[in-house]
Amino acid sequence: MTIDWSAFTPLPSLLGGLLIGLAAVLFILLNGRIAGISGILGGLLRPRAGDIAWRLAFVAGILVAPLLWGLAGALPAITVDAGYPLLIAAGLLVGISTRYGAGCTSGHGVCGLSRLSPRSLVATLAFMASGFVTVYIIRHVLGG
Amino acid sequence: MNRYLVSAFAVGLLFGLGLLTSGMANPAKVLGFLDLAGAWDPSLALVMGGAVAVGLVGFGFAGKRALSLLGAPLQVPTRRDIDRPLVLGSLGFGIGWGLAGFCPGPALVALGAGELKAAVFTLAMLAGMGVYEVLQRPAWG
Repeated sequence: MTIDWSAFTPLPSLLGGLLIGLAAVLFILLNGRIAGISGILGGLLRPRAGDIAWRLAFVAGILVAPLLWGLAGALPAITVDAGYPLLIAAGLLVGISTRYGAGCTSGHGVCGLSRLSPRSLVATLAFMASGFVTVYIIRHVLGG
Repeated sequence: MNRYLVSAFAVGLLFGLGLLTSGMANPAKVLGFLDLAGAWDPSLALVMGGAVAVGLVGFGFAGKRALSLLGAPLQVPTRRDIDRPLVLGSLGFGIGWGLAGFCPGPALVALGAGELKAAVFTLAMLAGMGVYEVLQRPAWG
């Protein structure tokens, strides 16, 4: 393993992580809800009375974040190397899998680990492992 | 306006700003973290470490409460069983994450930033969630 020190951004990443953790904590403390993005989005596809608006408000907040950032300064780079067929395949897989797996990086990785949930620990280890293997295969076996 | 909607919007905003600050909204950086065998960028370990450090304290405090500070019931998952959908779903999620470098939150942030590719990913993700809803719906009749 070689570490790419030129790409390593310890302070912004730690600060961003603290903000993400703070948001997750505020959501359970104020709204009594888990800040899991896949679950919040998925619930919009199973509409129940009184269960829609808060999801839309949360999603709107995320969507507005880059606009607010843009008022203060230049947005950080967002580089997407994947082509459209791969993006569609990845999106479909992430969508269906996070619903079966009952969470993603936020719901399991942040909230679940913070709650010391055994299910979330297993889920996080599983998606980290398959993420590592997938990138290994794409970059070092297929050489894409 | 409903105070729960105000707080949901504000928390979503903070969450999105955190993702932008951390670098997680950038798929190239995410893939740099997932590429253990290449030139590895360990930054995202600090994102998760920082988030969970705050979360452990906050959820530890919240967990003792029945109601939120705004008076809503705390809705926290109670299941502890490790079942097949959890494991297979999570493995599948990791594959999709590794294919493009997007997970759901960062995809929404990049969509808000006007990235066309994030819009395509997000639409496909919502379609995938729709497939789940159809497959999980009880059989007709």
